[in-house]
Parts: sequence; structure tokens; C-alpha cells
Amino acid sequence: MPSIQDIAAYAESSAKKLGISKYDVYGSSVDETSVQVDKGDPKQVKASNRSSVIVRVWNADGKVGVTSTSDVDPLGMDLALQTAQEASEFGVSDNIPDFSPESVAPTADVQVETVPPAPVGDLIATLVGVEKQLLEAHPAIASVPYNGLAQRAIDRFYLNSAGALRQEARSYASVYLYSKTEQEGRKPRSAGAMRVNRGLPLLDIEGCLKEATEKTISHLDYDKVASGKYRVVFSGEAFLSLLGAFSNMYNAQSVLDNRSLSTVDSLGTVVASPLLSVYDDALHPENVSAETFDGEGTPTRRVPIIEKGVLTQFLHSAGTAKRMGASPTGHASIGAKVSVGPSYYHVLPGDEASREFTLDQAENVILIDDVQALHAGVNALQGSFSLPFDGWLVNGGHRTSIESATVAGDFCDLLKAIIHVEPQAEITPGGICPRVWVDALSITGEG
Amino acid sequence: MTVAPLPTLLLKTNDLRPQDFSTPRDRFDSAWENTLSTLLGLGRTAGADFVEFFLERNNYISCQAEDDEITSLSPRLVTGAGVRVFRDKADCYVSTNDLTFNGLRAALDKALAIMGLTLPGPNANLADINLELLRDYATTKGKDDWLAQCSSMKEMGEVLLAANSALDKEASHVQSRRAVYFRDWQEVLVAASDGTFARDIRLTQSVGYNLLCADGEHRSSIGQRAGDTSDPAFLRQWDYASAAASVAESAGKMLYADYVESGSYPIIMANKFGGVIFHEACGHLLETTQIERGTTPFIDKKGQKIAHENLTAWDEGLSPDAFGTIDMDDEGMPAQRTLLIENGILKNFISDRAGSMRTGHPRTGSGRRQGFTYAAASRMRNTYIAPGDYSVEELFASVEKGIYCKQMGGGSVGPTGQFNFSVSEAYLIENGQITKPLKGATLIGEATEIMDKISMCSNDLDLAAGFCGSISGSIYVTVGQPHLKVDSITVGGR
Repeated sequence: MPSIQDIAAYAESSAKKLGISKYDVYGSSVDETSVQVDKGDPKQVKASNRSSVIVRVWNADGKVGVTSTSDVDPLGMDLALQTAQEASEFGVSDNIPDFSPESVAPTADVQVETVPPAPVGDLIATLVGVEKQLLEAHPAIASVPYNGLAQRAIDRFYLNSAGALRQEARSYASVYLYSKTEQEGRKPRSAGAMRVNRGLPLLDIEGCLKEATEKTISHLDYDKVASGKYRVVFSGEAFLSLLGAFSNMYNAQSVLDNRSLSTVDSLGTVVASPLLSVYDDALHPENVSAETFDGEGTPTRRVPIIEKGVLTQFLHSAGTAKRMGASPTGHASIGAKVSVGPSYYHVLPGDEASREFTLDQAENVILIDDVQALHAGVNALQGSFSLPFDGWLVNGGHRTSIESATVAGDFCDLLKAIIHVEPQAEITPGGICPRVWVDALSITGEG
Repeated sequence: MTVAPLPTLLLKTNDLRPQDFSTPRDRFDSAWENTLSTLLGLGRTAGADFVEFFLERNNYISCQAEDDEITSLSPRLVTGAGVRVFRDKADCYVSTNDLTFNGLRAALDKALAIMGLTLPGPNANLADINLELLRDYATTKGKDDWLAQCSSMKEMGEVLLAANSALDKEASHVQSRRAVYFRDWQEVLVAASDGTFARDIRLTQSVGYNLLCADGEHRSSIGQRAGDTSDPAFLRQWDYASAAASVAESAGKMLYADYVESGSYPIIMANKFGGVIFHEACGHLLETTQIERGTTPFIDKKGQKIAHENLTAWDEGLSPDAFGTIDMDDEGMPAQRTLLIENGILKNFISDRAGSMRTGHPRTGSGRRQGFTYAAASRMRNTYIAPGDYSVEELFASVEKGIYCKQMGGGSVGPTGQFNFSVSEAYLIENGQITKPLKGATLIGEATEIMDKISMCSNDLDLAAGFCGSISGSIYVTVGQPHLKVDSITVGGR
């Protein structure tokens, strides 16, 4: 696989040959291995070693064209730049993307240790052992139909014809366990857990096993729930799922496209209960996937999105920032139309709560652990959602698993109906978030 | 005792180096036979029970018009290969971008090593793999020129801008309008140690609208897509005028719609995209992948009644132009027509090679994958419920109070057979008549229970293009059905 310096040299040579004076390249090289097991035996092992780049070319009229390719040798780069040059004829004439003004600014000094990959045999042996423990944890746990242990090393880079050249390497390992129960006369139940860290030795496999076991067992005692309005407590992971699904609210590109729940005038307005604050913090120490620059080479940083209920900032690319008179925030993904996306959420209490809320004393409260089918049940442009979920009906500390139900509502209303943000946060792969209490959400039980 | 000499065809591994393994970079054809048969021989000699190579070249482009401007034109060029090695019923899949002989051999070496095998050393006799005469679906079916016949970048832009202009004329309260198109041209070559050697070109195109209307607090967003798998002229023949009228009408009706009141209702599902109910509630559960995992309630139900006696369903890859149509699957097997359910009786499962090996159900030409980074798995193609004997009017007349689900959103099914899917355009039915639009509905249920509640099918089967995400990535599929009635289903709403 060519090195980043090789790719830079190929790009420079191709550009010169094609008469291209302005271009940039974002790319990555990935080496990954994953294993699955089935009742003590390896089921499938997957490994992959691949590279890809995306090139942007500005033509003589200043319009930009893009092409991505997996061929990163000289011939492949030639073809990619040539195709991008062809595409540039049809590039936009208004708000043309440009190099980020921060593409050569210093990035955060983040020391990330990469962990060497473990032998495949170790991955299989580890997962076989974990599967065995999960199957032995309770007589009702009959299988672990979805499981996986994976490791990945990724090198990513950004360079441009104005001299920017950034590069960083990361390594990750992840484990997921999803078990299923079988009991005579009862419906099968399932639950799962996942953990991510920088490498296999650092992975909290015991924690994942414990969580998967406890959750699966907790769903054995299930019952239908009556439809109606309930006080709902979202787990950190569930709340982050909703926050992500409605990210157009603070995505500057969505705002400029008129495809957002916000407008350019929404900054400074109250969008949530004052009890809520939300940041996006790519560099948070708990973010295993911390990256120091985005797809345009802009350094990443901590960005306040909602502070004590007030919408304080949008997430920007270089282009959206320029149009809105702001600074880029390090959230761009390079493309023909640069897109903007969050990195790592940090949700925390805003104003101090005036009341105490605890699940131990709550009556008739629904605790939602995980919302499902977001691709189907969220209408991000309308602000509405109707989602199946895993959760429990909680009465005086006793939890009864809910057989099958949906939670529905309007996201803007939900944010304003928050009555409590717990002080203790959960750390998840997508962010840090405590449990969030919301009043009067519609729950529909089956039957 | 005399020992017969080894056939001259058998190579020794130290003879490999002088061989010419240079293969064309810009075409997968019979010139690859020597390279691939040698690699397969290496794999078999190493001790693998079965080895398969999947090669892919992909030329993809997407184009988007927003309001009156082309805002994105994104070509993507991909080449890659995957090698799958089986040892007994366990398998390993390794993918790479490097299509040189040495690159492919390195991928094979890695796969063998993972399975506890090693490439044969110097002087080892290499197993002779006799690949069949290349089954070239691309050339025999005249697909080699398809890419050149497709719309140019310029034409893409012109069509989408004209389409967006038509939408602007049709719709009111427009907040944003998008016309989107993609063309996915894919050349694949499959070679396996059982002699499989097959090539195909797939051309998948999709075009459609995404319209957002707003009036104060009222909002509606409606998307609509058409898809095709074999017509290079598809984009230039798109009837965007009718599509614009239809999208604008739906968005207008849904703009002031009330939220659906949650509860249990009889529903009538419209034809075409209503077929997502069968795709999610049953189709996925008939894939051998689910049998292997034990995540389908139908695991031991072949030959038994699993649905209402009025329900017959198919999965096939043969319907002309349909979005899930394939001449061969990604394991080189010709597509076929598979009867899944006949009058409520489960007849067949959907199986790929590994699924067949592990479950005993015969292969059905259903081994599919998004691309070379995925191993093939049992996946649906064109899946639909057969037409019944009722008229649409009879279905409506049978409902006193219920919901008409005219357009579906997406859906999913979980490991215990619980499914859900959203309705993007719905109407209240009262005394057999549509009375008002509704929004925000999600349908949930258990696969085993819903199948027996599909009690009436009308005679107007139609198909719709869709995307299906699962273990081997996102693939193109068709869903379909006639109008049908579900006696009772839980509807989540506000």
C-alpha cells in the first residue's frame, strides 16, 4: 500500500500533468480483522486491508469537482484527478467550497497510543470464552446469535496544494454480545451490550459480558404495557440516539439548506429545558475515536451546542462558517457538497435541578434503555419520532420488562419537557450522557 | 509397482514465478483464468475445502439538484477483491484493493493463515483447478456497452434541474426540493474451486424526489424513488412530470395531517411499497442466515402453515428491470424463482452457499453482497406477495374503522421476530371510506402473529424499488404486493 507521501507525490505529479493547480486529497488506509463465534466454534473471520482517497479539483473557473477512488497508485490517481476535473465543469457557482482557512493551523496535541493487533487466534479464543460464560450465565440464555470481536488500525490524512499535510494513526478494538433466551411458553427475549477501546488488551470485555447478561435476564420477566402518556427516563445511550437523529437542529449545512428544525435566527433562542447542556467534543479524553482534524483539515475542538437550554452554536464546515460569519468547528466531511456531522457528544446538567428524582422511588415510570429502527421511525425534517424500544416499567425500584412498545413524540417538545438530567453520566461509544427524564411522552403497547 | 506420472497440467509451486500472471486492469474476462485457477489451486493444496474469489470493479456516480442548482456530482471508482476460504463449515473472508497476482496471493495467504493453513512451499504439487468455460452474462446479454450508453454528467444535471423545476410548479409551501439520481455500474467475476467461473455486469439506477413543505408549524416531507437494473436510458426516460405531481399531492395532503391516534387497528396496505411488511415480517426470517443463528421462528416450519391460507409469496431475481433482479448471484449461481409460501404453507428458504452448507437447505441463487468487502450471504432479491382474488373496493368495504397505509417508510426485524416499520403517508378509514390524512404512524408486531392476519389480497400486484441493509451490506431489492388487509396490528403514534 502506498504511503501518504507516495500518494501526495502521485497527486502532485498527476495534477501537473493535467494542468491542475489547486486540489486537495483526503484519504485513509484501514487494516481490520473481526471474528464471530457460534457455540464454541469460529463462525466467520473477516479481514480487510484497503485504502481510499477523495480528491477535489478546482478548475480554471474556480469551480470544484470531486472523485473518490480505491485505486491509490499512480494510474488510479491520474484517473481520479481527471474524473474530478471533468466533474468540476458541473460544480456549483455559488458558495464554492474552498480550502479551510485552518487547514494549516496547529492541531491539538493529543497523545494517542496505538495498540498492535492481536493474533486472530487470540480474538477467537477470547470470544469463544466470553460466549461460553454468557451461555452459562442463566439457563434461559440459549444462544448468542449476534456477537463479534474486531480490531482495526486506521491511518488518515489530509493534504492540499497549498501545503497542508496532516496525518494520524489510530487503533480500535470492539466487542458486542447479543444474547437470546428461550423458555417454555414464553416469547424469546434478547438484549446486548458493546464496548470499544484502543486495542484488545484495553477492552472492557468483562463489563460487556456483565451488561449483556444482566440486561438479557432482566427482560425475562416481561409484560405488556398499557398505552398512554408516561414519564420517561432515557438511558444515556437512548438519549444520544435521539440527539443524533435530530442533529439537523444544530447542523449549519442543514440550516442553510432549509432542512433543519432551526433557522439562522435560532442561535440564542431557548430550544430545551434549562436543565440541559450539550457539547460536541471530539477531543474528550473518553472519546476512543478522537480525531484531531476533520475532512477538510480543520482542527477539531469542543463546541457548545446547547447551554442551559439555549442553542449556542452550529456545527460548521469551512464553507458554512464562511457563509454564516463564523469559524469552522472541525465537523466537515469532504465531498462534492461538504457535509457536516457531530463527533462525540457530551451531555450534562445545565441549571441546577430544583427537585430530586430517583428511579428507586419513581412510580409508573418507563425507563428506555435503547431505541430501535431510527432509520424508519424518525422524521427528522418534521421533528417527529415513533420508535420501538427496549425498556422497563419501573415502580418503586422494581423493573418489569416491557414486551413490545413504541415511544412517540416531537423532538422539540421533548427537549422542553425535560424535567431532570441526572448528575452521573454513562460513557458510550458515541458520547457521554446521563439519564434524562422527560414528562408525558406517548407510549403505545402492543395488543 | 509403477507409479503413473503426474499430469503435466499440475504445476509445482516453484514454477509459479516465471508464469505470466499479468491480467487486464480494466476488464474481468477469461484472461483471468490462469491467475485465478492457480490461486484457487494454491488454496486447495494448502488444505482448504473450498476457495472462492470475488472480483469487483465499480463505477458509481450520484447527482443531486437542490432547488435550481446542481449541488453535488460525486463519481466514485472502486476496484477490489475478496477471497473466501472454507474449512469444514467454518469460513474466513479477506478483502483487498490489490488485484495483482501477488496482492491476491497475499489475501489468500492471510485467509489460509487465519484458518490454520499455510501456502504450499517450494516443490509442492499444485492442485489443478479446472474452471468451467467462462459464463459471461455481460457479453452474452449485451451489457458491455451499458456504461457508455448511460447519461453523461451533463445530461444528469439537465434532467434533474428540469425535474426540480417541474416539482416547483406542482407543489405549494415548498421549503426545499431535491431531485436525486445515482448510477451504480458494477462488473464482477467469480471463480471458485468447484469450477465456478462467471462474469456479469450490473447497472443499477435510481432517481427520485425529496420534498419538504412547511406552513408555520405544519411540516411534511415526502420522498419517492424509481429504480431500474437494465436500462442505460433509464434517466432520460424518467417521467418526472408525473412523479412531481404525485409527490406534490402527497406532501400537500400530509402537510396539515393529524398525528395518528395509537392503538390496534385493521389496516389496508397499498400495493407496491407496502410489500415492506412482508420483507421485514417474513422475508428476512426465511434467510438461512437467520436459521444459522437461530433467530427465526420459522426454523423448523418447512411444509407447515405459517401464514393465512390466502397468502402466497415469492422471491426471485428474474423480473425484467426490477431493482433486485440479477442474472447471477455474487457466488456465480444463476438467479431463479423461489416459491417461499404457497397458500400459507412454507415451501422454501432463501439460501446462499454457506447457508446451504450449514443448514442443508438448497442454494437458491441468493448469495448477495454490497461489494468486495463483504462475504456473500443469503439475501432477498425481488420479494412479493402474489395477487389474490379480491378487489381493492372489497378490502376497503370490510373495514369499519382502520388505517390506509399508502406509502411506507423503512422498517426492521429483530432477533426474536419482532418487526416494525413506519408509514410515511396514511389515512383514516371510516365505514370503508378514506376520511382524513394521518402522520407519525409506526406499525409493530410479531412475525409469527402478523402472517396469519393478512386475510385479504387484492388483484393488483405491483413492485417497488428498495434498499436492504443486513449482514452483507446494503443491496438493491424489490418489494411488492397487491393491496392487502391486515385484520389487526398495533399502531404506535401519539
